[in-house]
Amino acid sequence: MQPTGLLAAGRLLYARDLKLAFRRWEQITQPVVFFLMVTTLFPLALSPETGQLRQVAAGVLWVAALLSALLALEFMFRSDYEDGTLEQLVLSGQPLWWLALIKALAHWTVSGLPLVLAAPIVALSLAIPTEALGTVVVSLFLGTAILSFLGAVGAGLTLGIRRGSVLLSLLVLPLAMPALIFGARAVDMAVMGDVSRGPLLLLGAMCILSVTLGPFATSAALKVSME
Amino acid sequence: MATWTWFHKLASPPHFYRIAGMLMPWFAWPAAILIIAALYGGLVLAPPDYQQGEGFRMVYVHAPSAWMSMFIYATMAIASAIALIWRMKLAHAVAAAAAPVGAWFTFAALATGSLWGKPMWGTWWVWDARLTSELILLFLYLGFMALRSSIEDPQRADRASAVLAVVGVINLPIIHYSVYWWNTLHQGATITKIGKPSITMDMLWPLLAMMLGFTLYFGAVLMIRLRAEVIRRERNAAWLREELAR
Amino acid sequence: MSLSDFLHMGGYAGYLWPAFGLTLFVLVYNIWSARRSLAEARRAAARRIQMEENRS
Repeated sequence: MQPTGLLAAGRLLYARDLKLAFRRWEQITQPVVFFLMVTTLFPLALSPETGQLRQVAAGVLWVAALLSALLALEFMFRSDYEDGTLEQLVLSGQPLWWLALIKALAHWTVSGLPLVLAAPIVALSLAIPTEALGTVVVSLFLGTAILSFLGAVGAGLTLGIRRGSVLLSLLVLPLAMPALIFGARAVDMAVMGDVSRGPLLLLGAMCILSVTLGPFATSAALKVSME
Repeated sequence: MATWTWFHKLASPPHFYRIAGMLMPWFAWPAAILIIAALYGGLVLAPPDYQQGEGFRMVYVHAPSAWMSMFIYATMAIASAIALIWRMKLAHAVAAAAAPVGAWFTFAALATGSLWGKPMWGTWWVWDARLTSELILLFLYLGFMALRSSIEDPQRADRASAVLAVVGVINLPIIHYSVYWWNTLHQGATITKIGKPSITMDMLWPLLAMMLGFTLYFGAVLMIRLRAEVIRRERNAAWLREELAR
Repeated sequence: MSLSDFLHMGGYAGYLWPAFGLTLFVLVYNIWSARRSLAEARRAAARRIQMEENRS
């Protein structure tokens, strides 16, 4: 039998994860619905006045997106762990860091990307000007990717732990704080009409770091949890 | 070769248990002497600061606590990395023993910072860069300990928390600098920074003595906690029977 | 300098002494809890050995 190459294995795993995710439709829509709900709460709690909303919009948008993405993180390896697929992946002979990277990427596609797509609508409802929408989308694109790849480590570590979701947020949120700082700052600068390149570049650097180093930590975490 | 055999001998539980017991007073007594001397030097001998008056004496408990919070996290992360790479059980024990002590010092740094902030800034809490990153550090400690306590299998708990400590220490500089950047952007003109009084020798030596004293104190506590960890990890060995019979 | 001056700490007494007290508490507590955990570990190990001896 021909051994499967890295790329082929990656493609197969990615396609499988997406197919499974689309069969459980509510898992994809839940974070987005949560995102929309939370951002609706803020105008109700603060004030419907445009000027005031605009002041807090960047922070509200980013905190809501972070929490929504966190909500989905728990399920990254959960079902594969329970039905034994994860064990097969570990034993498959493919490098585990590569499989971890693919799984995080697939997870981001079904839970992070929908948030990015929903973000412009939410941004407009929070009175963020149209010129800033580009920054909103780019910053959340990078931010959700950071959370997926960083969060994969936490999801791997908390596998099989009862009431793991609270623990997962305790582990992941402190690590995600820099992304929140730069992401919200970039959006805020764009809302004020400034150039938001600086924080976006830093966010990009963090994204590259978490995509390259995260999978190695995730594979170590998965190995620990599978023993 | 000789160093390696020595190393393995040190890492064997009965040896280490005995050595830790022997070392403990060698950490504890110098620590006690240094801390008492530093208290006298800091509270009595050091002149009041020209800007903050007597209030600057807060530095003698705040700065050493903050130093310990970082030193202990570094110890934990290095021990975790060693444990993961060379599969050394003793290094796992070091990380496990250090964590609660580090969390307590982080708490002390936050509380004394807040008590210092009230007379200097006029409020109990200011989102000052140093206090904020100290707070995030406390979350990292709590995450480490929560992960350990929620995994039942001790070996898995050891290795999972070690992975977390290593990931945390890689992120720590990023967190630290991003918090500084965030703070300089948002800091209003009314906030005056604490610290950096023009320091004279009379003020400096108690501070250094206190920091060294705290570090040695940590060594002493670590030795006691390590002995407990060694016993917990040891299953049914002859030396343990002998030791407990004593 | 009198003792009351010293205790007064130029008006900072209300902040300074709680901070020193709290740090002292942390130092003492950590020694105490470390010693307690050692004693507990020894007790648990002794119990374990005792049970194994009873069984055999």
